[in-house]
Amino acid sequence: MAEHRTLFEKMWGAHLVAEPAGRSPILYIDLHLVHEVTSPQAFDGLRAAGRKVRQTARTVATVDHNVPTEPRGTPITDAIAAKQIEALQKNCKEFGVRLFDMDSPDQGIVHVIGPELGLTQPGMTIVCGDSHTSTHGAFGSLAFGIGTSEVEHVLATQCLAQQKPKTMKIEVRGKLAQGVGAKDLALGIIGQIGTDGATGHVIEYAGEAVRGLSMEARMTLCNMSIEAGARAGMIAPDETTFAYVKGRRFAPQGREWENAVDSWNKLPTDEGARFDKTVEIDAAQLSPFVTWGTNPGMVAPVTGRVPEMGSLNGSDRSATELALQYMGLEPGKRIEEIGIDRVFIGSCTNSRIEDLRAAAQVARGHRVSPKVRAMVVPGSQAIKRAAEQEGLHRIFLDAGFEWRESGCSMCLGMNPDILQPGERCASTSNRNFEGRQGRGGRTHLVSPMMAAAAAIAGHFTDVRNWKFQ
Amino acid sequence: MKPFSAHRGLVAPMERVNVDTDQIIPKQFLKRIERTGFGQFLFYDWRFGADGKKNSDFVLDQQRYQGASILVAGKNFGCGSSREHAVWALTDFGFRAVISSSFADIFANNSTKNGFLTVRLSDDEVSEIMRRASEIEGYQITVDLQQSEVSDDRGFRAKFYLDEFVRHCLLNGLDDIGLTLQHEAEIAAYEARHTHAPGLSSL
Repeated sequence: MAEHRTLFEKMWGAHLVAEPAGRSPILYIDLHLVHEVTSPQAFDGLRAAGRKVRQTARTVATVDHNVPTEPRGTPITDAIAAKQIEALQKNCKEFGVRLFDMDSPDQGIVHVIGPELGLTQPGMTIVCGDSHTSTHGAFGSLAFGIGTSEVEHVLATQCLAQQKPKTMKIEVRGKLAQGVGAKDLALGIIGQIGTDGATGHVIEYAGEAVRGLSMEARMTLCNMSIEAGARAGMIAPDETTFAYVKGRRFAPQGREWENAVDSWNKLPTDEGARFDKTVEIDAAQLSPFVTWGTNPGMVAPVTGRVPEMGSLNGSDRSATELALQYMGLEPGKRIEEIGIDRVFIGSCTNSRIEDLRAAAQVARGHRVSPKVRAMVVPGSQAIKRAAEQEGLHRIFLDAGFEWRESGCSMCLGMNPDILQPGERCASTSNRNFEGRQGRGGRTHLVSPMMAAAAAIAGHFTDVRNWKFQ
Repeated sequence: MKPFSAHRGLVAPMERVNVDTDQIIPKQFLKRIERTGFGQFLFYDWRFGADGKKNSDFVLDQQRYQGASILVAGKNFGCGSSREHAVWALTDFGFRAVISSSFADIFANNSTKNGFLTVRLSDDEVSEIMRRASEIEGYQITVDLQQSEVSDDRGFRAKFYLDEFVRHCLLNGLDDIGLTLQHEAEIAAYEARHTHAPGLSSL
């Protein structure tokens, strides 16, 4: 084994169960998160093969994708969604898996409640049948999304056969300016390296700007790793990480905590360790970003413009043409002149308490534009309670935002929260793909502050010039 | 899993880059709890108008591409959501393989679990197949996993690389859960060394 190892290499080595000749290495999985959409066929597979869930203590389920965000207790009118939720309830009962159900005070988006409950810890391998599992890498864990066949594999064996990914370091020098947050950093990175810039790689985010991020901001950054094509995104654990994890319900306690911190302190990448690829980003060059197209790499500073066609050729040109046609935008249009109809503040990217605080700070004392419908969807029941305790919901409601129950909601519109054809939305979610938020809907990805400001202005506006009240 | 050895079939060209899994199978169809029946919803929002009527311009609905079993598409195919439903929709529709210059990791992984081949060729080779599939009526190619080679009967020939183990599983239709369980002793030994991750024992 090499002397100088990266965080990823240490994690990989520590979780190798077997390296059979001529086969993919077998990796142990410490924590498996499960939700209603990608699991029913996996449980069916177990049943068909007469297999059990190997480690129920390492398997945790919740319902998030399909759940309505109307007040809890409102019946689910979508019969197929209701059936899928029932299937998870039945499967968890049959296989002995812990479920944070619709009526649980701990229900929430799977990537929000894992960290919140202290289930997510440094040094863990974490998987979930959801691409945004990369979120958990913020803790210095190796966390990645898998498909349903692999969900079944992990349920049955607590292991995965995986080819070893390559490593990529993204070094963010300097400091982020006021009004420029983790979401802008993520969009700036994807804009620079592209939506396939990190395919086949595990990213480690490093540098002064990353060290300066809170845990919630780190989660936002790691969450978007998949939008650059990465297998996972990671940040080495440090005092910020430990302070966040300490005291949470499933975090180690007492002597176990001390031992855990000792081992977590050994995880950071060794001085002199080599990465397969390195990218440098200058934090000072970043501004609030707005996506203009149909993937997260199609992005411009809020002070910028939609691209002109003249500068493009080949497949870039045709992709841009298709995107602008879908988005109903003319080449060269100023971003700040793009008017919006809807605002969505939520999703596993930006629905945590700091996100809500940032949005509320912008919304305080203002009114949502009369032509805009805006909603705030907290990531979990715990966040909803905390926000209500701080009075954030009052600020939103007074400003004319809707204040909803927790879930994935309009990030992917599997529940009734969707855009109508042609509606344009400023969204704090992670994907602006065609139809993602509803057929014909036009999504622009932004930070929570930028979304709140757009709700009030009725169009995109530079939050760095905002008149806070 | 259905083994994949070699397949010859009609090629449908999709001249788009970054085809994401939200397009391959839109979210409204992810609520089914079965693995089957997704083919009818493949590329739904591109294939059907908002009124539910078929858009006959869409490549897969053009007469000449009826029965296509090999898709050729631009780079970064299958990006985005981890939904395996995307692969289930492609296979249920009748596709056996997709050719592109790059694939998103999770999509590629999901494909191998379903006997569906992701064939990675160079940009130039992909463009050439795309051109032939557009220009030549009834254009067919052979994807031979045994030889790791794509060829047509007009002289096109290109090698592709797939991880040796993945190739072995596909050729033999192996169930990889069964393969992992052959390592029961090692898994049990690992678990004995790592009794429980800190804290999780209290779950």
